[in-house]
Formats: sequence, structure tokens, C-alpha cells
Amino acid sequence: MELFLIFFSASIVNNFVLSYFLGICPFIGVSNKISSAVSMGMATTFVMVITAIVSWLIYHMILVPFQLEFLQYVAFILVIASLVQFVEMFIKKVSQPLYRALGIFLPLITTNCAILGLALFLVLRDYNFLESIVFGVGAGAGFTLALTIMAGIREELDLADVPKPLQGAPITLMVAGILALAFMGFSGLL
Amino acid sequence: MDATLLIALATMGGLGFIFAGGLAIADKKLRVEENPLIGQINDSLPGANCGACGRAGCYDFASNVVNGTAPVNGCPVGGNDTAVIIAEIMGVEAGSTVKMVPRIMCRGGNSEAVKKMAEYYGPLSCKAMDVVSGGDKMCYYGCLGGGDCVEVCPFDAMIMNENGIPEVIEELCTGCTMCVKACPRNVIEMHPIDRNVFVFCKNEDDPKSSKEVCNVSCWGCGICARKSEGSVEMIGFLGHINYDKLDESKIPFDKCKSGAINHLRPVIEDLKITDVQNN
Repeated sequence: MELFLIFFSASIVNNFVLSYFLGICPFIGVSNKISSAVSMGMATTFVMVITAIVSWLIYHMILVPFQLEFLQYVAFILVIASLVQFVEMFIKKVSQPLYRALGIFLPLITTNCAILGLALFLVLRDYNFLESIVFGVGAGAGFTLALTIMAGIREELDLADVPKPLQGAPITLMVAGILALAFMGFSGLL
Repeated sequence: MDATLLIALATMGGLGFIFAGGLAIADKKLRVEENPLIGQINDSLPGANCGACGRAGCYDFASNVVNGTAPVNGCPVGGNDTAVIIAEIMGVEAGSTVKMVPRIMCRGGNSEAVKKMAEYYGPLSCKAMDVVSGGDKMCYYGCLGGGDCVEVCPFDAMIMNENGIPEVIEELCTGCTMCVKACPRNVIEMHPIDRNVFVFCKNEDDPKSSKEVCNVSCWGCGICARKSEGSVEMIGFLGHINYDKLDESKIPFDKCKSGAINHLRPVIEDLKITDVQNN
């Protein structure tokens, strides 16, 4: 039950994108098409889960015993950067079109604050190993969900008659705001 | 203090080393064999990913060049300079790319075209005019003068002259074809910049109806086709220049009563590039 709550909290109620406003950059940048949004969500979820595992291990097995907690930022960034490099190589090997569709946003997962935020939340909330993994999966699922909803709306938006001054980024930001409002509705659940 | 520093250094160094090692192995295992030429060509392209070459983007164009399905001079935005660089990378002759610019195949401006009895009131946009009533002019083929092409041009290379017909500033034009797509009447066509003779009309109606709606329409009399030994072909009631066989001296410009087949006019002097940029 505890684990389910963590998952539900990370994915829906405290959605990383729509409640904490972390990872807005790919949220706006890669939400043009549902297919690439889902792929981006998958890639980010993968990085999040592995980050959760590795950074928990590093924090509790290395940093805490040596009393080096002040190094957590540097260590987490190191983990994230390496993982993103790995994912990039992997995607390039497996799917060239996907690699090109994700473009610059793939390496930018490195500087995606949602992932560093995840690693820091783990420490802040004192999750154990299993909880960390579930938290990572939940956060990734929430990110994918937000990105996919947004991409769906934006695909429809392409056909809509948007007033000229609002076309492009402005209407996207407005939609993001309304979407965040909608997710506020979950806030009383936990 | 010193011990903490050393431990910190050792820890981070160790972690860095482990991750670096992991990535090195992954790099070996997951390496994608890619033709290094693709990267080189991609770097020499403008990088706008505009798709004017007909490919999904600059990278796609680069890989098509390498595998031979795209010409080295296929990037219209980069133009001749880029073609030379790419040709050098590929080790072939560039051939000279002639810049393509849009030409407006209609000269029926406000002073030439016959207006309708009813005036058009509505959004000043060709698309709207085309849907609603066909604008102010009687002609159903010509330029509407709503300026959709001017508006859509990302490089400010289109201006509307005082006669209500757009003009192209060749120096600013990159040949992106946005204006061609924007025109609901398909009046704008892409032509090599050194092409000088055009039939400036799209009216396919019979001579009587063409004459009625515009002073400079192509009536479809066919005299140009008869006199020019294949330089001009008649398709229905409209002359089409056959640019492969074009012999300018054979075209009887003086015989064309409406002057629809004609030379290019220079863009009006005071609208030239320097003034546009100074504004």
C-alpha cells in the first residue's frame, strides 16, 4: 500500500511536470507529436528509474558512510550525465528515426531538472531502496502521461483556429497552465 | 579536513572512472557505423531544417547526398557556396546551381484588372477572398492582391507594389517556396533567376471572356505559339513557354495584343534592397 501511494503520488498527485513544474523544457519542446512524446517519456522514464537506483546506492553506500553528503549534487549529476550518454548511444543504435525525432532534447535530459529533482527527493524523503525504484517509475510514468496529454492536445490544436498573437508558444503555455490547473484537482487525494 | 578532502577526491574520481569505463564499453558495443561524410556535409549545411530540399531536414539531406539519392546542389537555401563545399567533400563537380526565385504569373493589378460591381469587404487575405467571393477582380485565375505571400515570407523578400501585385526582391529571397504554397490561386511559380520571358497570365478561358476581365490577360489567340517554332505551346486557351526549346528571338512580343507574354520588369527602383534594409 505504501508503495502504491508513492507511485500514485509521484505520477498523478504530485506530477513532476504539472505540480512541481520540473522538466518544462522537453514538456514544451517534444510535445508536438504523440509518437515522439511517448518515446521521450519512455527515455526519460528509463533514465529516471536507473537514476533512482544508482543514486540511492551511491548516496547510501558511498556518500553516507564516508560522510560526503555534501557531494550529492555532483555525484547525482555524474550519474545522470553518464546514463543519458548511454541512452543516447542505445537509441542511436536501435532507432535512427527516433534518435532524430528527439534531437537535441535527448542530450538535454542531462540537464532535465525533473531527474535531478527525483534524485534529491529520494534523499529528502528518506526512501528506502524499493521505495526509490517505485518513486522513479512513478515519476517517469507521470512525466510520460503529462507529455502525452500535452502532445494529444497540441495535435488537435494544430487544426484549431488560434488567434495569431497566440500561435505557437503562447497557446502552448496557456494549455500547460490549464492542464496544471486540472491536475490540481488531485491535490486533495493524499 | 585533509582526510575528508582526500576521501571526497578519491570517491568522485573513482565514480567518474567507473562511469567512464562503462560508457567506453557501451561505446564499443553500441557503436553505429556511420559514414563520416554525413557529419561533414551536415556541418556545412545551413542547419535551418527548413525542408526546402524536399527532405525531412538537413541531416536527412546530408545522408541522402552521401547515398546518392540527393544532388550535391540540392540545398536551395545554402545556394552555390554550400553546393561547392558539399561537392568538395563528395569529390564531385558541383555544377552551377541557378538560384530559384518565385515569379508572379499575373500582371493584372488594380489598374489592369476589371473590377466587380460589388466591392469586397472582409479580411484582407487571399485565402478568405478566394473562398468567399474571389475578391474584387472579375478574373478567377489571377492574383487577388491580398498579400498572403508577402505575409508568409520569412525573409521579407516579398513586397506589394502600389498596383496590388507582389514583387520579389531577389537579393533577399532564399527560394524557400513558402509564397508558392501560400497562394490559393497558384499564381506564383518557381523559376531560375536568369529566366526572363514568361506568360504573365493564368487565365484559361476563351478569348472573349479573358478579354473582358483583364487588360493584360492571355486571350489564347495562339499567335505566339504559331510564330515561335515550338518555344511556346498552347494548352487550351493559355500559352505555356517551353523553356527547353526557348528561343527568345522567335517570340513575337509585338504581336501579343495584351502583352501577356513578356519580359521580366525590374523591381521598382525605390523599393530596392538598400531601402528595405535601412527601414
